[in-house]
Amino acid sequence: MIESQGPVANTTAPKVRSLTKRRADHKRAAPLARPLSPGPAGHGQVRILIRSNADILEARRHGRELALRLGFSSIDCTLIATAISELSRNIVLYAGHGEICVGEDHPMGATGIVITAVDHGPGIRDVRSALQDGYSTSRGLGLGLPGVKRIMDEFEVTSKPRQGTTVTVKKWKSN
Amino acid sequence: MDRIPVLRMGSLLLITIQVDMHDKLALQLQDDVTHRITEYGSTGVLIDISSLEIVDSFIGRMLANVAAMSRVLGAETVVVGMQPAVAITLVELGMSLPGVRTALSVEAGMELLLTAAAETAYGFDDERSQA
Repeated sequence: MIESQGPVANTTAPKVRSLTKRRADHKRAAPLARPLSPGPAGHGQVRILIRSNADILEARRHGRELALRLGFSSIDCTLIATAISELSRNIVLYAGHGEICVGEDHPMGATGIVITAVDHGPGIRDVRSALQDGYSTSRGLGLGLPGVKRIMDEFEVTSKPRQGTTVTVKKWKSN
Repeated sequence: MDRIPVLRMGSLLLITIQVDMHDKLALQLQDDVTHRITEYGSTGVLIDISSLEIVDSFIGRMLANVAAMSRVLGAETVVVGMQPAVAITLVELGMSLPGVRTALSVEAGMELLLTAAAETAYGFDDERSQA
């Protein structure tokens, strides 16, 4: 069962929008303190097309920038950027191309960063195995997905053979 | 820039990674180091990663590979200057870089390599190499 990225975008986007609105009310005269991410994605979300190695760097740079802006600690910023790196490399490696969405989530005053990796590649045949350390179909170390699961707070993967894979991960700001 | 420079200093090779490395660059470096070791007969490789803000499983694997390949070719590798956040990430990822020597600074790493080279030269290394 594959979940398109629709539901994810729908749960995060309105929250982000309402937050921006609330902030705007507080400081009505103040100009927009932080530039909203470029591109048509809007709602504080950045969408990066992943086609090559260079896009991996681009994706993790955006992730780190957003994490810094949201006030994550430097260690968390590195963990987040690394997770993006692993997820986008999986896209290049297994699906050839796909996209990474980096956005924010603010349920009940918390601050979180949400990363969604979507591809329409071959899918993961055995998700449970793919989440175990050392399982790899690409001669890698097999630390990618399980590693990402460990360094993030929330992790969800849906995949359907020949249709693609969606991985959604979140990290919450502590304190 | 499509290559990370590998500098020769006496019997050592010095590599300072100062760019955000994409995968091809990492693989190229792996190749270059092994070729330089055989070309110069180097006994030690020092890799400074203090500018690297991210070391993911791919770069981590490259570092481990370089260390393993160098050892087979008779050279010790030491990775220096790892940022604390990078160390935390690597361990959380499940990569503790077994077989890769590390040191906090270039100086300490250099000392480690020179000591290792001296030990090998005098045959003090037998016990450790058997272990």
